[in-house]
Amino acid sequence: MVDARRAVAALLLMAAGAAAAQDAQLARNLAAVCANCHGTDGHARGDLIKPLAGLPAERVVSAMVGFRSGALPATVMHQIARGFTDEQVKAIASYYAAQPARP
Amino acid sequence: MKLSPVNASRMLSRRRLLCGGAAAVALPLFGCASTMRGPPGRVVVVGGGYGGATAARYLRLWGGDIEVTLVERQADFVSCPLSNLVISGHKQMADITRPYSGLEALGVRRIQGNAVAIDPQARQVRLADGRALDYDRAIVAPGVDFTPGEVIGLESAAAQQKILHAWKAGPQTVALRRQIEAMPDGGVYALTIPTAPFRCPPGPYERACLVADYFKQFKPRSKVLLLDANPEIQSKKVLFEKAFAEHYKGIIEYRPNTELKEVDAATNTAKFDFEDVKADVLNVVPPQRAADIVRSAGLVNVNNRWVGVHWLTMEATAAPGIHVLGDATFAAPLMPKSGHLANQHAKVAAAAIIQQLKGQPVSTTPVVANTCYSYVTAREAVHISTVHQYDAVDKTFKVVPGSGGLSSAASALEGRIALAWADNIWADTLAI
Repeated sequence: MVDARRAVAALLLMAAGAAAAQDAQLARNLAAVCANCHGTDGHARGDLIKPLAGLPAERVVSAMVGFRSGALPATVMHQIARGFTDEQVKAIASYYAAQPARP
Repeated sequence: MKLSPVNASRMLSRRRLLCGGAAAVALPLFGCASTMRGPPGRVVVVGGGYGGATAARYLRLWGGDIEVTLVERQADFVSCPLSNLVISGHKQMADITRPYSGLEALGVRRIQGNAVAIDPQARQVRLADGRALDYDRAIVAPGVDFTPGEVIGLESAAAQQKILHAWKAGPQTVALRRQIEAMPDGGVYALTIPTAPFRCPPGPYERACLVADYFKQFKPRSKVLLLDANPEIQSKKVLFEKAFAEHYKGIIEYRPNTELKEVDAATNTAKFDFEDVKADVLNVVPPQRAADIVRSAGLVNVNNRWVGVHWLTMEATAAPGIHVLGDATFAAPLMPKSGHLANQHAKVAAAAIIQQLKGQPVSTTPVVANTCYSYVTAREAVHISTVHQYDAVDKTFKVVPGSGGLSSAASALEGRIALAWADNIWADTLAI
């Protein structure tokens, strides 16, 4: 019985681990949508496009909220920001926050 | 996991060792591949444009030890976006050409060659030189080819050398620039546009603007005739109309509903239903379809022109295990044939293939976006953007209502951003 319970617990842990792994990939995949302009893993080149790597997640989230509402001026980001859900923005922000600021 | 060149070469050495013998030296990765099945897997990518190169890059970036082979005809990557600036003389070919060395440093095996066939049963890509590459999954990002015979008079090689398309960046880009440069002041440059869908919907209108900008400065008595098979401008309509009126009044003449039927290469004449147009430089963008290699592989199944794909994996609906990217696909609603989207398709495919090779479920909530800049003068640009979320009910990508849009007006700032866009997407695509 005890062994069975342990096995179930282990399975649950594995399932939780798998779910977390899938979430990590989801964030990675969503963040890659931005990479065309903002650089692979957020390492943008030049001084016109903001590098996202290593930015605190709250800054990316609040910028996206600002773009969406129009409070923050933008050439294109107000249009892009309106295409993502709150959850997706959070996932993207967390992914970039975890990237080293320099490649 | 990133694989350093050192690790990559170690992997090759290990493979050579395992394969053993002279055959392994001749065919280091493929000679004994059939005895080495199992994870992580071999992916052959056909086509090194925005789609194929990005797929190769992201398979190595995200996929650990997946063996990636990229087959591309050209020695270097040449960008179609920005190539209109070469045609107008504002940029040089070197400005839009980038190397594949970054991909090779990531462990991508690059073969400069011509893939001529894909055999879904044997799981092989065949090259013109006779080689056959085994794959567990194939990615085909072949771009478009032109439909021969749809324009009478354009069938012969001689006619095609004189009447250029320059709709694939490369030698034709340079050749068209030479024709426009050699044209006398007071001449007519005529550009014909095929019925949509075609690669780069705003491209012809941008080309008209940039050539007109060059004429304004260097050949002020010359004209640009824009002859469109479609009933209206196909992308960024209000912005191009504004540019035509503000900058190119008396230079650009736009004629909708004007479908090219025939050309006479000897006299540089374009023939339409009700008129003939003689030009000093005649630039014909011919009707397009998915490139010939996917056609011969039996993957073309929409309108006899395009490849239907499952959008969660980018696999051809006609052949599981073969993923098709970019311009060759039958587009999801409001999804243009753009380099930016080919790069995005590639990331969806790379993520899915890595899962599939592991026997794990693929992501069911992918998102792709498009940002596309066009120059309306040599300095000022405009953009169109869209965000597409996957819709599980209709099994396709759909534009998020309220997202995306056009520039409010052309600006020099967006002209600079367009160059920054290119710099960044080239780096993302090619790992440079």
